[in-house]
Amino acid sequence: MAELTADNPFPPGDYPLVVVGSGPGGLQLSYALRRLGVEHAVLSADEGPGGMFRKWPILQRMLSWTKPYAPADRRSLQYERYDWNSLLPGDGDDHLRGLQADHMDGASHFPARADMQAGLEAFAEAAAIRVSYGCRWESTAIEAGPGGDVVVLRTSGGEYRAPVVVFAVGVAEPWRPGTPGIEDVPHYGEMKPVEAYAGKDVFIVGKKNSGFEIANGLLHHARQVVLASPSPARTFAETHNLVGVRARYVQPFEDNLLGGGVFIVNGTIDSISRRGDGHRVNVSYSDGSGGHAFDADDVIAATGFQAPLKDLPALGVMTAGQSAVPVQTPFWEATVPGIYFAGTISQGAQGMRRNGVPSNSGAVHGARYNAQVLARHIAEVHFGHVPDQPVRSQEEVYGRVLDELSGAPGYGAALFHQRSYLARVFEVEPGGGMRDTGIQPLQHFVDGGGPDGIGATLETGADGRLYPAVWVRRRGSCKDPVTLNPSPLFDFRDQGSQLAAQVGATLES
Amino acid sequence: MADRQEELATKLATFALFSDLNYAQLRAIVELFDEASFPDGERVLRQGISGSSFFVIVDGEAEVRVDGQPRSTLGQGEFFGEVSIFLGEAPVADVVAEGPLRCLVLAADQVEGFLNAYPHVMFRMLKAQALRLRGANQWRS
Repeated sequence: MAELTADNPFPPGDYPLVVVGSGPGGLQLSYALRRLGVEHAVLSADEGPGGMFRKWPILQRMLSWTKPYAPADRRSLQYERYDWNSLLPGDGDDHLRGLQADHMDGASHFPARADMQAGLEAFAEAAAIRVSYGCRWESTAIEAGPGGDVVVLRTSGGEYRAPVVVFAVGVAEPWRPGTPGIEDVPHYGEMKPVEAYAGKDVFIVGKKNSGFEIANGLLHHARQVVLASPSPARTFAETHNLVGVRARYVQPFEDNLLGGGVFIVNGTIDSISRRGDGHRVNVSYSDGSGGHAFDADDVIAATGFQAPLKDLPALGVMTAGQSAVPVQTPFWEATVPGIYFAGTISQGAQGMRRNGVPSNSGAVHGARYNAQVLARHIAEVHFGHVPDQPVRSQEEVYGRVLDELSGAPGYGAALFHQRSYLARVFEVEPGGGMRDTGIQPLQHFVDGGGPDGIGATLETGADGRLYPAVWVRRRGSCKDPVTLNPSPLFDFRDQGSQLAAQVGATLES
Repeated sequence: MADRQEELATKLATFALFSDLNYAQLRAIVELFDEASFPDGERVLRQGISGSSFFVIVDGEAEVRVDGQPRSTLGQGEFFGEVSIFLGEAPVADVVAEGPLRCLVLAADQVEGFLNAYPHVMFRMLKAQALRLRGANQWRS
């Protein structure tokens, strides 16, 4: 049986709460839980903090930026807008803010992988986040206990039991489709150093960011690059969200259009077979116009990742999509009560997806706010924590809403980075004024019923422009939100009277 | 073993909406659409709230409710959300998961391009709309 040591702060046994994972999601959640006084254990299969960033992205630089020189001081809340990668401290811990900016190689505002790992390690160390490392979660059971069901985690270090378990295990397990022969080619995470592809014909299966990341990295090495998957690739400029291929990786598009040895193909990969020292890839074009057999020296499967849920689906945890991400309530609870998710896996809580815009929960800059909200939710629902919810006058509320949505000094960027997904909620007090009930999932505010109130967020329109959207809950339900005008500088503070008039009229209707 | 995309494409081939498409086209549709699953009781489409998407039910059932009152049930292969997209108006009904519900989802701004790219799907959708209109007229008369 493992014992309590400095390296293993959480020996096997019963805990009120267990967090699995030590990537950004697990670290952020543990920090926030500790601030709320919620006792818990953190387990991780890794040897140190950082999660997937201990090995990926494969070509060494992040897709998310941290601007060393920004309009806001890096130790301020305002800086969150310009820093997608740092974890978030609470009040009084300002020395922990913006730590990623202290760990940059100076060559780019996109941190190198190793720098991202160093930034997360710095936060974990400075915040004294305790984790039992080298403790691999292996299987799960649910047993009836005297106070209700208990989740049993069987790990390489022994058995842990808790009524509430949060899995922050990422969406980073390589996934391959069932295409014959694809099991014999390397996955994105297994590709060789780019120099090894010099003068080669490379076929990349997949046209999302990981496929284009590889293609972009191979442009000045490979002789020819083919990217193929059934559906046309869409860039950030078309999707207006992180689902599209990011600006960093659009060079292969230009090379394709200008005839630079890059081919972007819409077709189903029917099979991959060995042919001499290389491969033959049979493709059926998606428009039904036939197909082609591509010969390539190397084939790389940039076919995505899955959530490593082990036996959770067998316990009733419902999943969706190729990534097998668990279906979740707005507060990130699985279809099995007591099991929650944090980190990038929290993207399984769909949210409103208004105008088709997904959350940013699949990236650190979105998931870190989810973890803060989840910590409060767990503290209140499972541990009886009573939050501080100040009551303010209606006029003051409107001013604060516009300050927060505009990124004024003193405000973080939860609503900016998790637009149409998280909302600042104020509930009408019977005796006058409005109670600040904190940041909540917008879907919970809209669908969950409750007292009259407002849920303030930012929203991206179909044209990609950003504007405030203030949802009004009246008699338990919502209609379309009150929307204000977009601002090229994202500053909406001159629209207070418009907000007050429209929200006031709806609340009093 | 068939993976999830193959399984979806094979299932889509049995839906009237996609019955004119070949396998490669079905695979492209599987990749173009998002997949989303909803637990029992979750609202998928919201009455009075615009900006929603187009949904095709892959597995499960959904209840159509107007002002909270059940009106009809949608099942595998049926679709919803397109009317409010075409009209640019908020849906006039809630659509709520009745048990676990698995859907393919396409954002509103992609629907026109999708239908233009797959005119056979557009025709099938028109036929379904015509049947719904006839049903509504019969119900009124």
